[in-house]
Amino acid sequence: MANKTVANEHHGFPWKHLIGFVLSIVLTLFALWIALETDLSLTWILIIIFGFAFLQAALQLLMFMHVTENSTKSNLTSRVQIGNILFAAFVAIVIVIGSVWVMTAGHAKHDKDQHAPKTENHENHGGGSEHDSGEHGSHE
Amino acid sequence: MAHAETHDPNTPLEYRSETGRLNILGFWIFLGAEIALFATLFATYMVLSHRVADGPALGELFEVESLLIQTFLLLTSSFTCGLAVHEMRRHNVKGLITWMAITLGLGLGFLYFEIQEFLHFIHEGANIGTSAAWSGFFVLVGTHGAHVTFGIFWVTMVLIQVAKRGLTPATSAKVFITSLYWHFLDVVWIFIFTAVYLMGMVTHNG
Repeated sequence: MANKTVANEHHGFPWKHLIGFVLSIVLTLFALWIALETDLSLTWILIIIFGFAFLQAALQLLMFMHVTENSTKSNLTSRVQIGNILFAAFVAIVIVIGSVWVMTAGHAKHDKDQHAPKTENHENHGGGSEHDSGEHGSHE
Repeated sequence: MAHAETHDPNTPLEYRSETGRLNILGFWIFLGAEIALFATLFATYMVLSHRVADGPALGELFEVESLLIQTFLLLTSSFTCGLAVHEMRRHNVKGLITWMAITLGLGLGFLYFEIQEFLHFIHEGANIGTSAAWSGFFVLVGTHGAHVTFGIFWVTMVLIQVAKRGLTPATSAKVFITSLYWHFLDVVWIFIFTAVYLMGMVTHNG
């Protein structure tokens, strides 16, 4: 990879771009189809569509943004670029999954233990079973 | 300044000056920070996306047609932006400017449909203050839209510079950096498409 000069593939027809574009369209439509037209469980739908999203992001980075490209003879710059983007992706995943996990797992427990006295919970997300102790049923 | 650097004749213009190389590398690092920025907005959105208060649920108002139009406009603009850089590396200034102009047109089209969609949501009773979920939605998607808006001005100005000064190591590095920025906006949109729209519609219907 270190010896591959960056410009060589740029004199002919832009196959890399075209392939990246077509694959992106296929992944987009396939994700939409999986999400809206199949009867898979929510968990599987989420795994598949997020898998496709990361795949498509990788396509953009590789086919359009030339993340593996080296500006010098050594392959240092491409390693810094790839390492930086991978680290950013790691940070992003930790922030998102960490936040969701903390706020949903922790919150549900809090609701049950304290019985959330002040929040008039209009949200109907499983609210029926949580409020069947009587004191909140008055506003019906 | 202009000490003779020896180059492989295949080295693209944007990598020929030290400034160009460092600016491009620096921009990759900036994109890493942008990923972290959007991650915090995604996290906020995903934590709050069920907190709809008295307003409509998110998935209730999302429409596949508008979503697909926006997605394909932005995806195609990312492709044409790649073609522009491809032409730049063949030293074809006219091709570069043509493809970049098409990219900008597609970007403007994306913004038009996004604004139409926002107005539609507001009309249906979901604005930024309606509920925590809609606040998260408008801040996340709006931040992306603001990035696209900024990108349109930035690319326009860089193109004016290219038209005036031609392709030099300096201008070509600027074009390349704006292309990275533009592709990055499409990468963010992929995740908005998935985490906001698809997830919103799936959880609403399912």
